[in-house]
Amino acid sequence: MTYIIKGETGDWEVVIGLEVHCQVISKAKLFSGASTEFGGAPNTHVSVVDAAMPGMLPVINEECVRQAIKTGLGLKAQINTTSVFARKNYFYADLPQGYQISQADRPIVGQGTLTLDMADGSSRDVGIERLHLEQDAGKSLHDQDPKKSFIDLNRTGVALMEIVSDPDMRSPEEAGAFVRKIRSIVRYLGTCDGNMDQGSMRCDVNVSVRPKGSDELRTRAETKNVNSVRFIMQVIEFEATRQVGIYDNGGEVVQETRQFDSQKGETRSMRSKENAHDYRYFPDPDLLPLVFPQSLVDEIKSNLPELPDERKARYVGEFGLSPYDAGVLVAEKDTANYFEVVAEGRDQKMAANWVINNLFSVLSERNIGITESPISADNLGKLLALIADDTISTKIAKDVFEAMLEAGDEPAKIVEDKGLKQITDTGAIEAAVDAAIAAGATQVEQYKGGNEKILGWFVGQVMKATQGKANPGQVNKLLKDKLDS
Amino acid sequence: MNNLTDITIADARDKLASGDCSAVDLAQAYIKAMKTGRDLNAYITETPEIAIDRAKASDDRRAKGETLGAMDGIPIAIKDLFCTKDILTTAASHILDGFVPPYESTVSANLQDAGAVMLGKTNLDEFAMGSANITSYYGSVKNPWKASDGKDLVPGGSSGGSAAAVAGRMAMAATGTDTGGSIRQPASFCGITGLKPTYGRCSRWGTIAFASSLDQAGPMTQTVRDAAIMLNAMAGHDVKDSTSAPVDVPNFEAALAGDIKGLKIGIPKEYRMDGMSPEIQALWDQGVEWLKAAGAEIVDISLPHTKYALAAYYIVAPAEASANLARYDGVRYGLRVPGESLDDMYLNTRGEGFGEEVKRRILIGTYVLSSGYYDAYYIKAQKVRTLISNDFKAAFKDVDVILTPTAPSAAFAVGEKQSDPVAMYLNDVFTVPASLAGLPGISVPAGLSQNGLPLGLQLLGRPFDEETVLRTAHVLETNAGFTLHSGVKG
Repeated sequence: MTYIIKGETGDWEVVIGLEVHCQVISKAKLFSGASTEFGGAPNTHVSVVDAAMPGMLPVINEECVRQAIKTGLGLKAQINTTSVFARKNYFYADLPQGYQISQADRPIVGQGTLTLDMADGSSRDVGIERLHLEQDAGKSLHDQDPKKSFIDLNRTGVALMEIVSDPDMRSPEEAGAFVRKIRSIVRYLGTCDGNMDQGSMRCDVNVSVRPKGSDELRTRAETKNVNSVRFIMQVIEFEATRQVGIYDNGGEVVQETRQFDSQKGETRSMRSKENAHDYRYFPDPDLLPLVFPQSLVDEIKSNLPELPDERKARYVGEFGLSPYDAGVLVAEKDTANYFEVVAEGRDQKMAANWVINNLFSVLSERNIGITESPISADNLGKLLALIADDTISTKIAKDVFEAMLEAGDEPAKIVEDKGLKQITDTGAIEAAVDAAIAAGATQVEQYKGGNEKILGWFVGQVMKATQGKANPGQVNKLLKDKLDS
Repeated sequence: MNNLTDITIADARDKLASGDCSAVDLAQAYIKAMKTGRDLNAYITETPEIAIDRAKASDDRRAKGETLGAMDGIPIAIKDLFCTKDILTTAASHILDGFVPPYESTVSANLQDAGAVMLGKTNLDEFAMGSANITSYYGSVKNPWKASDGKDLVPGGSSGGSAAAVAGRMAMAATGTDTGGSIRQPASFCGITGLKPTYGRCSRWGTIAFASSLDQAGPMTQTVRDAAIMLNAMAGHDVKDSTSAPVDVPNFEAALAGDIKGLKIGIPKEYRMDGMSPEIQALWDQGVEWLKAAGAEIVDISLPHTKYALAAYYIVAPAEASANLARYDGVRYGLRVPGESLDDMYLNTRGEGFGEEVKRRILIGTYVLSSGYYDAYYIKAQKVRTLISNDFKAAFKDVDVILTPTAPSAAFAVGEKQSDPVAMYLNDVFTVPASLAGLPGISVPAGLSQNGLPLGLQLLGRPFDEETVLRTAHVLETNAGFTLHSGVKG
C-alpha cells in the first residue's frame, strides 16, 4: 500500500516522523507532590514548586520513573539506567519556571521498535528513537476576556513521556496506525490513559517529501499539538500536497513550526526558523543524574502485563483466529478484555465472530466505545452458551441479541419471556412435519420427481408453524426420513 | 566586656545558662544596635517584634528546663536570600517587590527550630551577584571598618550585610550564602569568620537560587567556635533538595578540641600570583609559621588548573543564573510592569526589575548556553571544572588542609573597581576554585593590612571534612589574636 503524491514533475513519497506526548498516569506530578487529577477548578492543583516560587526545588517522583521504564519495555526499547534531566529554556506565561525540565542527550529510554498492523493484514516495523520524561506546561486561556489571558497551572509539572519515532512512516495510514499502536500499548500497560480528546495524548507531526525512489531526507515542517488520529492523517495529507506544490513551483520548503486548523483542515506557519526558539538545553543543576539499578528494570519487566502483540499471537495460535480478527480484537485493551470474557470456556471463533460482526456494528452505529456497550460481555457469553447447548438456534440468537440491546436483560430471561426456547421435542416437531407433508401434496410430487430444493419449502412451513423455534437439524432429518420413505 | 553586643555565641550560651542575661536582654541589646547602626545599611528588613517574641519563647523554654541547645536565644541575622515565612524576602532586587513567601527556607527553619532569634534580613548584592555589596536595590552596605582617611569602605559581597551586621555588632552571628566566595570574601573584608560548608551540607530549599551547583549556605560569626556551633544548627540532609547530601552531621564544636600535630598543610604554588601585594604574601607566610609552630607539616602542592578557575566560574555561574532567574517574569509575584503584549510585559518587568550586574550575568549566561556557543563555553567550562576538582582530589591525597589567602586585597573604598567588572570579579580568585570543586572553606581574620584593615586567611578541606578545617582555623585564630575591637567601635 504505497502512498504516492502525483506532482507535475513526477511521483513523490512522504516521509513522516512523530513525537507522541503521553501524560503519565501517576497520582502526583513529576517533580512536586501536587495532584495530577484532571478537571479541577483552575489553579487548585498547584504547589509552590509548580508555581516556581523563589527557592523551590524539584524532587523526582519515583512512580513516574517506573511508568517510563514500563513504557520503554513495552516499546521493546533500551532502558538507560543513567539518564540526565536538562532545562529547556523559553518564556511563556504558562511556563512558570521559564524552562521546562526535560531530557536532552541522555533520555531514560533509547532505541526500540514498534510493529504496525496495517488494514490489509500486512505488518511494518517503525523505529523508536527515544522516550524521555519531561514536565507538561500549564494552560493559557485566551477567550475569557477581551484584553487579558488567564493562566491555569493545574497541568503544570504533570509528567509527560515524549516518544519520538524514526522518520520511518510513508503514509497517513501508517502514521495513524503508529499512534493507535502507541495508544494501545500505553493503555495495556496502564502508563497513560491515551485520551487524545482530553489532551492526555498529543502529537507533533514531522513531514517532508522526496521524489519517489530517492533516499534523501529533505527539509521537514513540524506541526505541533495535533490531538486526534484523524487530524494527524489530515495534517500529513495537507503537508505532503503543500510541499510537493512548493517543489513543483521551483521553491524550497522551509524548516518551520506549523499549527493545524481543524476547522479548515489545513496547517499554517507558527514561526519560521529565524524566529525559532534557541532552547539552550543544559543539565539541570537542581537534579542529580537519574540512576537506578538494572534490578529495578528486571522487576518491572517480570511484572509486565500481556501486550497486544503477544495477545494477538495467542489468539491466532491457541484460539485459531485469523491474524486479522485477532488484530482487531487486541487493538484496544478494553475490547480484548471484553472478548476474553465472552470467549471464556466457549467456542473462541464463534465468540470472535459475534464480537466483531454483531457487536461492533451496533457500537459503530451508535458511535460508542466497548465500555459503553449496551450488552455486557457476561451476557453476550451467556447468549453463546444458549446456542452451544441447543437452547436456541443461531437465527433465534440474533433476535435475542436485538432484544438484549433494548432491554439489557440476561439472554435466558428474554428466551423465557418471549418463549423462544428451541423445540427439541421430537413429537412436537414430527406433528408439524406431518402437517406440512399433508398440506403439500404438489410439493411432495416435485420432491419425489427429483427436485430436492423443494425441501426448503417444507422446512419453511414447519418453522412457520413453530414460530422458528424448531431445531433446524431435527426438522431436516425428520422431513428427509419421511419424504424418502 | 559587659556589653551584651560584644559577646560571642559561646559566651552567650554560658551567660544564658547561668542566668547572667536572658534571651530578651540579648534581643533588646541588638535591636538597639540595629537602630544605631542603620547608617551601615546592613539590614533590608528589621524584625524587632519577631525577635522579642522568639526571645521570650526561648526564655520560657529555659525556665521550664527545655532549652534546645547552644543556639537557643541567640540573636542572629538572616541574609535576605533565605525565604522567611510571612516576612518580606527581596534578594535585594526590585523584581521581588512585595514578595512575602508562604514558606520558610530549610536553613532558617533549622535555626529557628534550634531556638535562634531572628533580628532581621540582611542586605546583599542583588541575587547574591557581586563582591562589594554595591548592587543591592536597597542601596550599598558600608563596612564598619573605616579607611585611615575616614572614607567609607565596601564590606565585600555578596553577603556584605551579614558581614557588616556581625562586625558592627548588630547581630551575634548571621547566615550567608557562598557561590564563589560570597561568605569568605566579606568575612575577610570585615574581620569576621565565614564558613562555606561542603556543597550539599546545608539544604538549598527555600534559598533563592543564584547558581544551583555552587550555592551553599554557611555561618558568619565572630569566632571559629561560633561558626562550628552555628553550622550544627544549619546543616543536615533535606529530602526537598535533591542535591543535599545524605550524610551525618558531626558535632563540629567537639572537633575544635584536638591539636593539629602531624597534620599536613598544603601550600598551592599557583595561588602565589604575579603582582600579589606584599602584605597578603606576608600574612600567608605568617599563617604557615603559626601552623608549623603548632606541629603541622607544611607541604608544597600544585593545583595546576587554578588559573582557569575564574574564567570557568564566570561561565558556569551565569549560565545557571540565566535559567534560575527566568521565573521572575511578572506573571505570578513580585514586580509587574505592564505592556501591550506578553513579550512587552516581560521586557518592561525584567528591564526595570533587574539591576545592571544581574542583567550582565543573565546576558553572559544566555550567550554561553546558546546554540553554536554551548560547546565552546559551557561544555569547556564544565571540563575545566572537572580538572580543578581532580587537582584538589590529587592534592588531598598528600595533604589534609590547604592554606591560602582569602582575597587579594583588604576592603577597598566605595566607588573603586566599579567601572571594571573584571577587576571586581578578580576579588574571587582565591575562593572560586573551592566553590567549583564543592569543597568546604573558611576565612579566618588573621591580621591587619598596613592601613589597619582586616585580612583573612582561607583554609580548604576535603569534602565533608569541615571538622579538620575548623580545628586548623581555630589554631590560626588563637595565634592571630585578632580582635574586632581594634577597628570597630562597639
